[in-house]
Order: sequence, then structure tokens, then C-alpha cells
Amino acid sequence: MIAHAIFFYTFSLIAVVSAIMVTASKNTVHSVFFLILDFISISCLFIMIGAEFLGMIMLIVYVGAVAVLFLFVVMMLNVAQQKNQWFAGKQSSKHIPVGLIISTLIFVEVIIVIGGWKYKPEIFDINNSLASKSVSNTHSLGQVLYTDYIHVFQISGMILLVAMVGAIVLTFRQRSGVKKQSYIKQISRERAEGVEVLEVQSNKGVKIDD
Amino acid sequence: MEYLSIVFQEVYKILFLLVPVLVSVAMIVWLDRRVWAFVQKRQGPNVVGPFGLLQSLADALKYIFKEVIIPSSSNKVIFILAPIVTMTLALIAWAVIPFSATQVLADINVGILYLFAVSSLGVYGIIMGGWASNSKYPFLGAIRSAAQMVSYEVSIGVIIINVLLCVGSLNLNDIVIAQQNMWFVIPLFPMFVIFFISALAETNRPPFDLPEAEAELVAGYQTEYSGMMYAMFWLGEYANILLMCAMGAILFLGGWMSPIDVYPFTLVPGAIWLILKILLLFILFALVKAIVPRYRYDQLMRLGWKVFLPLSLIWVVLTASYLFYFNLLPVN
Repeated sequence: MIAHAIFFYTFSLIAVVSAIMVTASKNTVHSVFFLILDFISISCLFIMIGAEFLGMIMLIVYVGAVAVLFLFVVMMLNVAQQKNQWFAGKQSSKHIPVGLIISTLIFVEVIIVIGGWKYKPEIFDINNSLASKSVSNTHSLGQVLYTDYIHVFQISGMILLVAMVGAIVLTFRQRSGVKKQSYIKQISRERAEGVEVLEVQSNKGVKIDD
Repeated sequence: MEYLSIVFQEVYKILFLLVPVLVSVAMIVWLDRRVWAFVQKRQGPNVVGPFGLLQSLADALKYIFKEVIIPSSSNKVIFILAPIVTMTLALIAWAVIPFSATQVLADINVGILYLFAVSSLGVYGIIMGGWASNSKYPFLGAIRSAAQMVSYEVSIGVIIINVLLCVGSLNLNDIVIAQQNMWFVIPLFPMFVIFFISALAETNRPPFDLPEAEAELVAGYQTEYSGMMYAMFWLGEYANILLMCAMGAILFLGGWMSPIDVYPFTLVPGAIWLILKILLLFILFALVKAIVPRYRYDQLMRLGWKVFLPLSLIWVVLTASYLFYFNLLPVN
């Protein structure tokens, strides 16, 4: 049990400290790296409470894909300068009220969840849920997701698909004057189309590529 | 006291796993160069030790005694962290590889997800190294490799789903045991081919070695690295290649099981079968390096997104419908 506590406090300390560092560090790329560290320690915590599937999916989806795209954007755009300006200049005052409202909302939500847990502990009793049965975490999750909550699951998938299509439509533009290569054309070229034998006259040359 | 003895036991097990992996990484570099040379009718490394077997050792010695140069304009912490991340991620994945029904360091329920997660984290070593170098070629290499690895991960994930449909468990040992009657390479052969090519792209091997294309980018993300830090990148890369081979052997070639279930073959320990299968896949990797010319970047992206992803998705539908129609779905 002591070892469990040691690991729990180590991971949660890392999670909290790196979450603070995401906002506190001046270099934007460092912020993203701290975010990744945060994700990793959170997934370690998930694994510690026995939610191994959730922990691994968190690693694959958030750290393996989403955070890579974050890094991409942050490295390519010059966000670092802007963040420095926010830190140094007076413009930062604009963002404080919005941040305060959002953080108050999140705080209230957390209070409601924890309050419910304290007030009616039997709802959150792990012994009543599927997790305590002999089937593994992944199996029970699949059994719930694809039976009772199949419609919600499918709808969330559809929403993601629509969001993806929307993002592609918004950023799609037809550019003119771009040379495109057709693979079928390249492969199916015959010698007769590609090579032409010409009689070259001296001092005149041949005109190619018109 | 009891707790300490458990810790020591685990450390002993980990050493017993990692030391052979590191030694075999050194050997595999030699094998890679020999195969490459063999295809091109050269000798390859043949001077140090018998058949040049100790060549990698000599190289490692050279790297250790070289000076580690840290560029003055680099981001020093991340610059030093990058090779460490690459190496660590390449090694921790070996924890779940089963060498026989009992010989596995961590027999976790979600073994294949763990392998997939660790191999998808491998991209960070490269991005960190490329960005922290604060130089043009490493940055270009890092950006290329990030896009490439993220793209091919998707098709590898879908291929894993194909195998999982036939197994019904995420545990690696269950996956191996499910292939008792028939290796998955036979019913899922197209998936095996796609997995092999995606693994080449995932580990930045030729013909997909665009992140370090020496003709365009000097050495890609590792341009600024020297000495032991370069060697660590190098070791991590080869450990990743071995890991991908092990993954292919477990998913498609029956892992530690003997090819035929008859008497003299079953006597051979499972670890030896697994190593033989890994070697077979690795020699294929090495042959591809010698035979195939490098892809252009847009061709690489087209292959990943427009060919492999739809094909493997269609195959998922086919496998699922086949299993459902003939009532073969594994239920437990």
C-alpha cells in the first residue's frame, strides 16, 4: 500500500507541477512539452486505478497524435513571441476576465462532482459497477459502449466526422498553376511518346518543351 | 526488507532482458551492413574480429571517446533530452514482448496497446532533437519525420484492429496462442505486407528515410549531434527496428510458437523461435534498404493516406463480416 501511495503522489505531483508550468513557462514549445508530461502522468494515474484501457488510449490519442499536432503548430508559427508580449505588455488584462470565468465554471463543476460523491457515495460505489466483475477493464468498457450506449457512441463519432469534414472544407482551396503528377500517366507512358528522334541542323538547334 | 528483495528481483529480470537486447542491437547493425554489402557485391565490415562481428563494438568505443558538442544556440536541455527519450522509448517497449508462455517481464492485459502507444511516442525524440538543434536541416528533418510517423501509425493501428478481431484479446500472449492452428500471415496476408511497409516508414528505414535523406538534408534531425549522443539516436533507431520486427512476428508469424506442432520442433525453446522470426523479418528490412530507391515526399504521403489507410479499413470490414457471418467471432 505504501508503494502505491508513493507512486500516486509522485505522479500527481508531476501532473500538477507540469500543469502549472504549461501556463507559466515563457517558451511556447516548452509549454507543449510540459503539457505532454502532464498527459503522460495523468495516464499513469489512470493505469494505477485499474483503468488500463483508458490510460493507454490517452497515451495513443493525446500524446501520440494530438500533442504532436500542437507541437507542429507551435513550432511552425511564431507563437513564442506573442506569448512573451502577453507576459510583458498590458494587453494581458483583456484575457484575465475570460480566464477567471472559465476557471470558476470548472471549479464549480468539480465541486458539484465531489459534493455528489460525498453526499451519495452509493452512486459511485465501484462494487456496483461492471468494473469489479472478473472481466477485464477493456471487455467491460466494450460491453457497455456497444450495447447500452451505442447510439451516444455513434453520434459522437458522427460529430467528430462532421467536424473533420468541416475543417477540410474550410481550408480547401483550388490553386491554379500548380503542376500535378498523375501516377497512371507516368506509369503508362510508352517509349514512342517520350522519345523523339530529330535531325538537328547545325547552328539552328531544336526547340524543346513548348 | 521483503519489498527490497522484490525490487532486486525485478531489476535482475530487467537487466536479463535489456542486456541481450542491447547486444543484439549491436549485432543487428553489423548484420544490416553485411546484408547491404552482400546485395551490392561488396565485402562489408569484415576486419574487426571474426567476420567483422566486433565492428559495432569498435564503433561504439569510437563514439564514447569522441567529444559531445552542444551547439551554442541550441536549446540545451531539450537537445540533451532528445537522444535519451529515443533510447528509453525504444527499450521500455520490450517489457511486454513474450518470449514464451511464461517468459515475459510484464504480462499486461493491454499489451498490444502499450506497444502501439510506445511506438507512437517514438516521434518525440526526433522532433525534440530537430527543434532543439536550432538549425535548418534538423528542423526540416524533424517536421518531415513527424508527419510521416503520424501518417503511418494510423494504418498500423487499423492493421492491429484486424488481428484483434480474430483474437478477441489485447494480451500479447493471447494473440500468440490464437495462432496455434494457423498463423495470421495466411488469412491476413495483404495486411502483413501493409504492416511491413508501414513498419519501414514508422522506423524511418529506406526507402522511407526522408527525415535523414543525406542527399537533401545532410543527416536530418541528427545533423548537430556527435559522439555518444549520436550513438544513442542510432541505438534507439535500431532497437525500434527490432521492436517492429518483434511486433510483426507476434502479430502475424505466431510469436514464440514453433512453425509445426510436432515433436522435435516443440523441444526448441520459444525464445529461439521468436528470435529466428525477428531475424527473418530483419533480413527483409535490410534487403529492402539495399534494393529500393528512396521515395519522394508526396509519394510517401499518398501511399500512406490514399492507399494503405483505405485498404486496411476495407480489410477490417471484410474480416469482421467474415467472422460474423460464419459465427467465428471469439467470445469469452
